Amino acid sequence: MEKLTFDQLQEELYHERMANGLEVYILPKKGFNKTYATFTTKYGSIDNAFKPLGKEEYVQVPDGIAHFLEHKLFEKADGDVFQQFSRQGASANAFTSFTRTAYLFSSTSNVERNLETLIDFVQDPYFTEKTVEKEKGIIGQEINMYDDNPDWRLYFGLIENMYQCHPVKIDIAGTVESIAHITKDMLYECYKTFYHPSNMLLFVVGPVNPDEIMEQVRQNQAKKDYKEMPEIQRKFETEIMEASEKKKVLEMNVQTPKCLVGIKAADTGIQGREMLKQELAINVILDVLFGKSSANYMELYNEGLIDDSFSYDYTQEKGFGFAMAGGDTRNPDRLAERLTEMLLEAKGGSVFNETNLSRTRKKKIGTFLRAVNSPEYIANQFTRYAFNGMDLFDVVPVLEGMTVEDIQKAASGLIAKERITVCQVLPKNNDSLL
Amino acid sequence: MGVISQSVKDMNGFKLHVVKTGKFKTNTIVWRMKAPLQKETATKRALLPYVLQSSSRKFPDTTVLRSYLDELYGASLYVDVAKKGEYQVLSFTLDIANEKFLGDPEPLLRKGMELLAEILVNPLAESGSFDRSTVEKEKRTLEQRIHSVYDDKMRYAGFRLIQEMCKDEPYALHVNGDLEDVALIDESSLYEYYKQAFSNDEMDLYVIGDVTEAEVEEAAASMLSFNSRIPEKKEMNSPAPEAEKVVTEEQDIKQGKLNIGCRTNILYGEKDYAALQVFNGIFGGFSHSKLFLNVREKESLAYYAASRLESHKGLMMVMAGIETANYKRAVTIIKEQLDEMRNGQFTSEEIQQTILVIENQMLETMDTARGLVDILYHNVIAESQSSVDEWLSGMKAVTREDIIAVANKVKIDTIYFLTGTKGAV
Repeated sequence: MEKLTFDQLQEELYHERMANGLEVYILPKKGFNKTYATFTTKYGSIDNAFKPLGKEEYVQVPDGIAHFLEHKLFEKADGDVFQQFSRQGASANAFTSFTRTAYLFSSTSNVERNLETLIDFVQDPYFTEKTVEKEKGIIGQEINMYDDNPDWRLYFGLIENMYQCHPVKIDIAGTVESIAHITKDMLYECYKTFYHPSNMLLFVVGPVNPDEIMEQVRQNQAKKDYKEMPEIQRKFETEIMEASEKKKVLEMNVQTPKCLVGIKAADTGIQGREMLKQELAINVILDVLFGKSSANYMELYNEGLIDDSFSYDYTQEKGFGFAMAGGDTRNPDRLAERLTEMLLEAKGGSVFNETNLSRTRKKKIGTFLRAVNSPEYIANQFTRYAFNGMDLFDVVPVLEGMTVEDIQKAASGLIAKERITVCQVLPKNNDSLL
Repeated sequence: MGVISQSVKDMNGFKLHVVKTGKFKTNTIVWRMKAPLQKETATKRALLPYVLQSSSRKFPDTTVLRSYLDELYGASLYVDVAKKGEYQVLSFTLDIANEKFLGDPEPLLRKGMELLAEILVNPLAESGSFDRSTVEKEKRTLEQRIHSVYDDKMRYAGFRLIQEMCKDEPYALHVNGDLEDVALIDESSLYEYYKQAFSNDEMDLYVIGDVTEAEVEEAAASMLSFNSRIPEKKEMNSPAPEAEKVVTEEQDIKQGKLNIGCRTNILYGEKDYAALQVFNGIFGGFSHSKLFLNVREKESLAYYAASRLESHKGLMMVMAGIETANYKRAVTIIKEQLDEMRNGQFTSEEIQQTILVIENQMLETMDTARGLVDILYHNVIAESQSSVDEWLSGMKAVTREDIIAVANKVKIDTIYFLTGTKGAV
């Protein structure tokens, strides 16, 4: 077990790679009541074309299967794992993203037992035709719920505009039609390919003793017989550089229009520290351009083009990435136009200067400290970073070393007219009250 | 584990609560002010915190103010308006890094307190009026905030249920006020209301983090001083439902939103409240509850099927997202679960499981500064003094009979269904 110390943050992190390849991290948090643990596989909604374990041919699986598998893993021959967690005083949950599926619990008592339950239930699949069929009704309602949510539709509409073939454009839960094709055999095939310990990471954060927890995990894993696993073969089609569509308008039952402007990222093949530097630089760029202390924010707010729903965000994973900004607006076309102009003006412009960088760097460092208050943030983000070869605890040093040239370079790499796209949600039948 | 120790001091016109804890990397300062929810003032109260947080005399526009927050290592400042029972509560929260974890030793807590005080007592105003353009901008944003309820159908259904169910009670008012009233507010009427609120509201300041009590007290006393007051109290009463009301509304949506409102007739701080919490947990509060297991897992009718309490108003809200065609079946199953609770059809294991999970939830809430303030503030609303430990031991003493008794007090008042246009009810 190795121990890593972060003096400035006053945190310690313990790490060990199990014999079967599972990466285990433990971060003790004194004074906290709660222990939070995540058990995550590097397998998400985008992994829909791959070579199943032991087979030579690529297969294409139905959209939404990673998320479906996440739901089904909770059900066992003797009942529902949620029940077992709550008998042990824990609350359990799971989520599927583009690139990860995470299972988690939090509890203030019976931590060892809950951890054992977490590891064991994820490592012991039980799928039957009957339970698979039953789940289709529940997930169908989950899909319908998101379909009624205009912000979700707006977000996915924008991603769809950007990508021509990359599976990031597909809704994580799939569609009612796509999940209808899912069978128990497909779930087993995905499970065997992606849930090997060498593709997974366990993170435990809370008032725990790292020696005891690590020993528990060692013993748990030693009891299970995992064969060494060849590298997973995923397949992605070559994606075009420019945005696939320039604009999309969705008509929905809303009163207030919504507008998002996005940029498809260019350099998404990178991993590790290089990726961390790029990601943080782009986050700084968005803060400088659209943060509440920016001239742009003030202008848009004064003109009545944005309200407090305005937000911006940057997402990057291996093979895809996008920046976006927008929110509710009275004038979606004018907002799209102004945001696009602001982005293009910024490219190579003087807004990326020492004053703005230094102010934003301070803001980012303080925001990181605040985030580290949260066990959920630490476990989930650490895992995401690790799957991309990055280290969460490099955030502050990288911010401290960032120069004006770094952000100027990142801005000129990011911003390009042909990669900008717009998505709007407009009231159906012009029944807006505004 | 678990115990919160707060020290409470009476200051000039407000109470200061200090919670010393070393577990966070930031220190949190929360200013709360409450007054009865009333039609005449609700919209002004909903607007006021947004006007105050956008500028001040020293920081005359948002850019200057927000730049200063960035310089304070990204101190976060946000405001919130909430309905707690029949009170409308304004919150101003400032969260600021503890310099101990920064390379820069400059002390930050006092600066954070100064800034929050500046926002509260030194607004951008002259001769009895706020800055006109600030008020106009924030009115526009408030209008959009009010409209946005319509666009989030789950929120909309919850709001409409309350509107129908509590028709003649102040509780029916939306927390953001009324659209028609926004236009009637101007910079001088809002300023007048600002003065009134700061002279009459019940006000509390919470400081949470690695702080020294004496230092915080000295700083608070030097920055904030108001007239003494006897805050207005509201009698919480909940009319007994006569017959079950059913309200259906049709919209162009895919999923029907079924929301059922019940009167529990039990308020936070009352004797039966602990049993009510356990009842709610077994009935619909968690993923081991009757609603989750029957509506979702057994019948596959819904993705979400849950209940939650409005502790200070004596309500329990049930919600589920379903196919429009399954309305009758869903209502029948939900009512069957309620009947089972009334008849004592639940196991001792379910009781134990639920108590354990509620305790867990409570202890987890205390791991965030914001959660701590919410827990402590319950006592302000309910005018009670119960500590978390008393509350937890009270809950552990809840018996099967207590739960059955509570279940029999819970009455369905209104069933609200927002249906899709496809498929008849």
